Amino acid sequence: MAFKGVDYLDLDSELTSEERMTRDTVRRFVDEQVMEIIEEAYLEGRFPVELIPGLGELGVLGANLPEEYGCAGMNNVAYGLIMQELERGDSGLRSFVSVQGALVMYPIFTFGSEEQKRRWLPAMASGEAIGCFGLTEADFGSNPGGMATRAERDGDGWVLNGSKMWITNGSMAHVAVVWAQTPDGIRGFLVERGTDGFDTVEMHGKHSLRASDTSELVFNDVRLPGDAILPGSDGLKSPLMCLTQARYGIAWGAVGSAMACYEEALRYTTERVQFDRPIAGFQLMQQKLVEILDRVTLGQLLAYRVGRLKDAGKLKHTHVSLAKRHNVMMAREVASTARWALGANGIHSEYQVMRHMCNLETVFTYEGTHDIHTLIIGNDITGLNAFT
Amino acid sequence: MKIAVCIKQVPEGDARLVIDADGISIADADLATEINESDQYALESGLRLAESQGGEVVVVCLGPDRAEEAIRRALAMGAGRAIHLNDPAFQGGDAAATARALAAAIERENVDLVLTGLQSDDAGWAQTGPILAARLGWPSATLIMEIEPEGDTIKVKRELEAGWFQWVRLPLPALLTIQSGISTVRYATLKGIMGAKKKEIAKVTPADIGLAPDEVGGAGRKTRTTRLYVPEKTTGAEIIEGDTATAVATLVEKLQKEAKVL
Repeated sequence: MAFKGVDYLDLDSELTSEERMTRDTVRRFVDEQVMEIIEEAYLEGRFPVELIPGLGELGVLGANLPEEYGCAGMNNVAYGLIMQELERGDSGLRSFVSVQGALVMYPIFTFGSEEQKRRWLPAMASGEAIGCFGLTEADFGSNPGGMATRAERDGDGWVLNGSKMWITNGSMAHVAVVWAQTPDGIRGFLVERGTDGFDTVEMHGKHSLRASDTSELVFNDVRLPGDAILPGSDGLKSPLMCLTQARYGIAWGAVGSAMACYEEALRYTTERVQFDRPIAGFQLMQQKLVEILDRVTLGQLLAYRVGRLKDAGKLKHTHVSLAKRHNVMMAREVASTARWALGANGIHSEYQVMRHMCNLETVFTYEGTHDIHTLIIGNDITGLNAFT
Repeated sequence: MKIAVCIKQVPEGDARLVIDADGISIADADLATEINESDQYALESGLRLAESQGGEVVVVCLGPDRAEEAIRRALAMGAGRAIHLNDPAFQGGDAAATARALAAAIERENVDLVLTGLQSDDAGWAQTGPILAARLGWPSATLIMEIEPEGDTIKVKRELEAGWFQWVRLPLPALLTIQSGISTVRYATLKGIMGAKKKEIAKVTPADIGLAPDEVGGAGRKTRTTRLYVPEKTTGAEIIEGDTATAVATLVEKLQKEAKVL
């Protein structure tokens, strides 16, 4: 059944026709290509790589980067709508696209040399080349500045040692954007698959984001040429700029996940009959449905507003923290309430709600935990740093 | 090969329809719309022909301002440019009036082939295509499943009843009405959507195509809709009880004596 979206306040009328068309084209792709395979991929614990060529052809990879590098040059609201629709399918799918676009293509575009851009961006836009982003380490999650991975000068090049954990796309990536301590502070490097001493190990045992490749990256005396460094990268703020891009997409993606849960809860409760009437006719169920709709609608307005701010060049990273923090918590609560509304069926893979509910635990935690975003905003409004 | 594809913007399949105060049309406000389904297949067929044969696809659409969204979608899918017959005088037409306007616009384009959907999902007359062909004075074929260009002729497969098909050859220029479901309609890619912004949509009035306002739209129609309504619910259903033999006997008696249909 085709997904109709949720739009209680006619937010559609605020969108341009390009933005609506973009949303509709990705919505149709998710309906036709994703929905029938995603539950199985999730249960099998694999990212559906068969979707990659279609995603590239559609133009969703790095969609807000310029046309001269093979990208679509969409505005940020259209980009956000793409993330919303993809995560309506699955958070793992949106994560793949977020990492490729916001965490790999964006730093190559922003900090890379012209040669690096020409080499990687068109291939990544088409999906022929896949990238991953290595920042987090086993002992440095919320505190990435303390990272242990180091790159030392070695003649004209570098020698890289260390490891990265929880890396989306890690095992299938052709190239990794790796952040490492150097004598000049934290810098970014492009490390290609096949480089001696570079290994990837897929992490197993996840209860969440199962339709996603999550891996460990290991660097053991990896010798890199001088041109492997991202010349424009400069300190911890460079990877944090990437995260702001990705978190912006997450604020939209969470809305998509919540929309999927709302739609499923509404349909289920209007069809499910107990005591001779649809359960949606009972007050307790209506309260759940209205609560979900209320939360989804607020999340939509928030995502839309930060999108327009981003397109106007007025978006601050603290705005993104507010949107990511609010919308993921919103989606997490919506998924849980929707699962409640579906009763026993809510735990089964015939329905989506529990997959979204489990996925959102990851989304709640990665790209700046909920609590870290609280402290970012707390610092902004009080001027008092509560991190340490 | 220059191909004109006629598209119509119609209410979405599961849109909530409200009958307008005039009692003969659907209320326009807040109406969710899409490109008529079989027109999407006509467009896909046109794009494939242009890709394999060379040439261009020109989208032709008669409709109010809101139809521009449907036109942009067609351009995003790959049509080269569009003609939008957009004037208050064009509104309210039937198949004959619409076909007359479309013919006048297409005559100025010197095209080799016109493709339309089989029928619109709203009015559903399935007449606009054939009347348009008659207006142009061209041969036409309906219910097309496959198209094979052969020089200055075209060979097409038609769907008949009961699983039968028919191959027909027509000289060009010609008009075909396309059946739904014959191919996979492509996605409007994001690059296509961005590119569509730069493509030309020529807005056309009756005067631009040499027609008087009273020859098109509501003034130019040959049929008149007198009432539009949703099927009315009636009461009085009767459940016939008893075993099968008794129930059948009762039913037959009622059909003979009460309904008087046997």
